[in-house]
Amino acid sequence: MRYLPKSPADRAAMLKDIGASSIDDLFAPIPTEYRLNRDLKVPRQMAESEIVDWFRERSRENGENHVSFLGAGAYNHYRPVIIDSLISRGEFLTAYTPYQAEISQGTLQSIFEFQTMICELTGMEVANASMYDGSTAAAEAVMMAVRLTGRRSVAMARSVHPEYREVLATYAFHQGMPLATLPFADNGLLDLRSLEDAITTDTACLLVQSPNFFGALEDVEALAEIAHRKGAMLVVSIAEAVSLGIVEPPRHADVIAIEAQSFGVPLTFGGPYCGVIATREAYVRQMPGRLVGQTTDRSGKRGFVLTLATREQHIRREKATSNICTNQALIALMANIFMTIYGKVGLKELARHNLAKTAYAVEQFGKHASVLFPGAPRFNEFVIQTSEDPYAINSRLLGHKIVGGLPLKKFYPKLGNASLWCCTETSTRSMIDTAVGLVAESERSVNGTREENVEEVAR
Amino acid sequence: MSYPADFKYTKEHEWIKADGGNATIGITRYAQESLGDIVFVDLPKPGAELTAGKTFGSVESVKAVSDLYAPASGTVTEVNGDLSTAPEKINQDAHDAWMLKMKLKNPAELNALLSSADYKKFVAEEGGH
Repeated sequence: MRYLPKSPADRAAMLKDIGASSIDDLFAPIPTEYRLNRDLKVPRQMAESEIVDWFRERSRENGENHVSFLGAGAYNHYRPVIIDSLISRGEFLTAYTPYQAEISQGTLQSIFEFQTMICELTGMEVANASMYDGSTAAAEAVMMAVRLTGRRSVAMARSVHPEYREVLATYAFHQGMPLATLPFADNGLLDLRSLEDAITTDTACLLVQSPNFFGALEDVEALAEIAHRKGAMLVVSIAEAVSLGIVEPPRHADVIAIEAQSFGVPLTFGGPYCGVIATREAYVRQMPGRLVGQTTDRSGKRGFVLTLATREQHIRREKATSNICTNQALIALMANIFMTIYGKVGLKELARHNLAKTAYAVEQFGKHASVLFPGAPRFNEFVIQTSEDPYAINSRLLGHKIVGGLPLKKFYPKLGNASLWCCTETSTRSMIDTAVGLVAESERSVNGTREENVEEVAR
Repeated sequence: MSYPADFKYTKEHEWIKADGGNATIGITRYAQESLGDIVFVDLPKPGAELTAGKTFGSVESVKAVSDLYAPASGTVTEVNGDLSTAPEKINQDAHDAWMLKMKLKNPAELNALLSSADYKKFVAEEGGH
């Protein structure tokens, strides 16, 4: 598609053709009191060199050489250099949606490969061409279950990412869907006893995340058994895609909603990321988003097309499965390249590194702080509880260019001074040791002060 | 195209063949030709209630999805299982590829529907044949 500006002559001819004397005429239906009758207040024009300098200064405001222990839905994994060098090719970077199959075979093939690899990783039969991100993918997967079961209520685990739950609550509120939040047990996993009573004949599905927000792996098989027995579906959300390299995929789930950011997508301050929905073929017509299919042309050659477009907005608007009518093609391409480069052997090794680094960190932190939810198998995140306020600890860590774990108080007040830490293959032993050392120091001083106060009182 | 004389027709291009208190329904040859290659038919289960004029399912082709409107009111007794694996049968012979059988609630409703001749005229007016 070419983007060519119109000349004044073009504009005049168009106006003449439609019988308008000026462009202002076209805004006549807007009442005068709503019309802006001054120029927009924008800064003066800048020369190219000024623009370059402006951006250089902004980038100097960024932190440099920090190490981060943050996870919670956005993971710091190494991005092979080949990803950016391939996705910045003009054919990929500037391509539009592949509506015209005959000129979009490259785009369509890459999406088809993406869908296929997601199916291979999850054990599901179909996957779509991507959603915006993990949170909307989870909400849309829940809506699928609502449509498929014909039931209105939804149960979700409190161990699901708090912001994913907020997104789902927005959908539920506007759809008038009752939403129940189920507690977690002492091991950080969904409390199975509460589940039996919570799932009723009006429950469309149970939404869980695995590894969950605390990094622990839920017992998907047991959850599926309870849900299915009561006629409800099981939707499993996966926020840390690298876990699929070593964790058994949730095969008992009916729909899996994934955040693929871990597969080579940069953190970029929260987005753009890449969600995906994977499910069984029987449910494909209720799955939102695009689907690329493989077929043969009339010469018998293999070709790719957008298939099942009849579920999309432009063909049956009132019956569309979602109002989100796009996909994250370029971001999904990053994930595609990442999965291809690592391959199934590399992905497993990558997951092992994450597991090992995290296990080491848990062991070290455990000597100085309380590691919560012991006993539950975990992937690359864990929760510690400190005597000192984690916000204060993090301020101190920042002075050493370390970004500490996410304080959990605002999401889970009863967990007090808990914080969520993540180690990936990028975490080094020395960085973990430094962080542990600083936390240990702060714990000693806080506890030491307490002991002194106690002694004062005793005296 | 010919339209069987013992069928009745709706303006939404469904046909209905009555047999005492029961009836069989499907879509017409004109409908399948307009739709193109049919890939999926979404039908209710036996026991479902149909209300004349209301939608009861949909038929999906490569280019569109169309709602199916009940020609008469009643209860579904049988659904054509062939259509779930071979929906193209509707394209091959729409007047033979029935969608479902039902028990009629009010057989008199059929009197208001189009006869074969009326339907043929209606289709000609729509630009078909």
